[in-house]
Amino acid sequence: MNIHEYQGKELLQRYGVTVQRGVVADTPDGAVAAAKELQAETGTQWFVIKSQIHAGGRGKGTIRETGSKGVVVAKGIHEVADKVKAILGGTLVTHQTGPEGKRVNKVLVAEDVYYPGELEPKEYYISILLDRAKSCPVLMASTEGGMNIEEVAATTPEKIIKEWIDPAIGLQPYQARRVAFSLGLEGNAFKEGVKFITALYKAYVGLDASLFEINPMLRTSDGRILAVDAKVNLDDNSLFRHKDLAELRDVTEEDPLEVEASKSGLNYIKLDGNVGCMVNGAGLAMATMDVIKLSGGEPANFLDVGGSANAETVEAGFRIILKDPNVKAILINIFGGIVRCDRVANGVVEAYKKIGNIQVPIIVRLQGTNAEEGARIIEESGLKVFPAILLKDAAQRIKEVLA
Amino acid sequence: MSVLVNKHSRVVVQGFTGSEGTFHSGQMIEYGTNVVGGVTPGKGGTEHLGRPVFNTLREAVEKTGADVSIIFVPPAFAADAILEAADSGIKVIVAITEGIPVKDMMIVKKVIKAKNDVVLIGPNCPGVITPGEAKVGIMPGFVFKKGRVGIVSKSGTLTYEAADQIVKAGLGISTAIGIGGDPIIGTSTKEAVEMLMNDDETDAIVMIGEIGGNYEPVAARWIKETGNKKPVVGFIAGQTAPPGRRMGHAGAIIGGAEDTAAAKMKIMAECGLHVVESPAEIGETMARVLRQN
Repeated sequence: MNIHEYQGKELLQRYGVTVQRGVVADTPDGAVAAAKELQAETGTQWFVIKSQIHAGGRGKGTIRETGSKGVVVAKGIHEVADKVKAILGGTLVTHQTGPEGKRVNKVLVAEDVYYPGELEPKEYYISILLDRAKSCPVLMASTEGGMNIEEVAATTPEKIIKEWIDPAIGLQPYQARRVAFSLGLEGNAFKEGVKFITALYKAYVGLDASLFEINPMLRTSDGRILAVDAKVNLDDNSLFRHKDLAELRDVTEEDPLEVEASKSGLNYIKLDGNVGCMVNGAGLAMATMDVIKLSGGEPANFLDVGGSANAETVEAGFRIILKDPNVKAILINIFGGIVRCDRVANGVVEAYKKIGNIQVPIIVRLQGTNAEEGARIIEESGLKVFPAILLKDAAQRIKEVLA
Repeated sequence: MSVLVNKHSRVVVQGFTGSEGTFHSGQMIEYGTNVVGGVTPGKGGTEHLGRPVFNTLREAVEKTGADVSIIFVPPAFAADAILEAADSGIKVIVAITEGIPVKDMMIVKKVIKAKNDVVLIGPNCPGVITPGEAKVGIMPGFVFKKGRVGIVSKSGTLTYEAADQIVKAGLGISTAIGIGGDPIIGTSTKEAVEMLMNDDETDAIVMIGEIGGNYEPVAARWIKETGNKKPVVGFIAGQTAPPGRRMGHAGAIIGGAEDTAAAKMKIMAECGLHVVESPAEIGETMARVLRQN
């Protein structure tokens, strides 16, 4: 699960990670109040106004309606209201949102941490994620903060420090020191850096996180260490033991069809193609999408109805796929194991009758337990449904209906 | 000699009396798997499906001589169930449960790795079947006809699809291993392929992977390094998957350039595997490859 920057920072603070202070707001007035509160608390003169959306590249992204950047600086409280007005309610387009962009419903009003002083402020990169090959967390750090880490990895891989962590004993003090020394931190910044890294790993474990990316982590001009941004992803499988974290989910950031599908217990991901599909099992669902592509179509979605496909889930799946106006055909691909094909067929027929007036051709491929009975039910229903038994038959049918 | 499970396997079910455990235990017994009992803490001393129920796995092993366990325990308790199995003398642990937290699996993996005589299959997998001998999983048994093609797959229904195509092509299955779709699993693609390469009842292998991670390239390189001893037909699901999205399986997410379907398929082809673009061609391709050999 993905959460907002302001939520991520709040969680990190609970574990003692030092962060750039900020107050979230959803109106220009609220933002001014937030700025005043922040000034009283930190003494900051300038404010950084940051769009809160679930996508990266916000600083370089642009609000389509106003031309404002997604992250801007207000040089004094008097500038806050206007700057926020140009962002809130607008559509932020970044390299990660795609051309359709994302609506900004909240801004984070944050303190200015790049103030001048004895040292030049310096940005670093720190992340913690799962190393699948080693089955343990890996902490990655780099002196090239603020940059796209994929780029750093491609051009100067020697600048990425990696520290693998034994999950049974956790991050050891020598590892935190090794990272802080490798980053070239000195004096007070070194001490704070070690504390920062240690607290960050505690948070990673405590929150059951799947990814932390702090880019940049900043050494301020007076030698403090702060998380200026925080990308926090949580392990969906662990949310059952973190009810408070589950509540941080922001459904306005998700595709409305995906939200609706998850309410029906369906695993649905919206894509841009023209052939909808409904499949049991994630692997077969991906493979079915590949079949659609190889047959000259483009998958309109990923949809796994799971191991308990029945009349209700089939109907819910149908309704969701049909809400996508790009869908020109639907392929239902069920390999019956525990799921019986005759039941799925009945579900298809019922859903078809209930919804009525389905304009797009439907190809139903049923295989496995009671496949023949399922095919017979489809045939006898008199519906305009194309049956297929083999996967290659289904592929051929797609070619035909798209032609 | 078959792989992982056979007619001599003595199978104990963890989470025996729950709804999933009950249904699939019934199916396994019907298939002919030697299910010797089950474990449900607090229900020891009773009987379920005509088999004894035990409070602890240690007791089950002592009383029944079980050497294989299958786990249907809910995600919150599944890691504990795997650790209990590993600590009770079970040699092959098959974890069906989907949704185990990654943090729990990291610890489990470390413990299993440290034991040389325990194999964990899964979690989030359909299990293992040696047709005609033992089904330790949730797959529809009738699809898997006996034969000499081994299957290794991350996915459940796609494994059934592959088996069905193999059978319809006039061939059959020696052992099918569903290794699971989670980011951390007990047995990797390479380890499962290695078992089938060393199995004298297996002539050829179907290797089915998906986007995410690097298991398939590692397996492909190993196959090449060891001299392509048996023909391998390979398929990677998710050629059309967008980056950064979790496609159902927790492990099926494209993170970098190397874990896309295209990158994996390229490496597999370079290593001498017979890579199919379409999942509809697995059976035919295997039949053709075996005719040519």
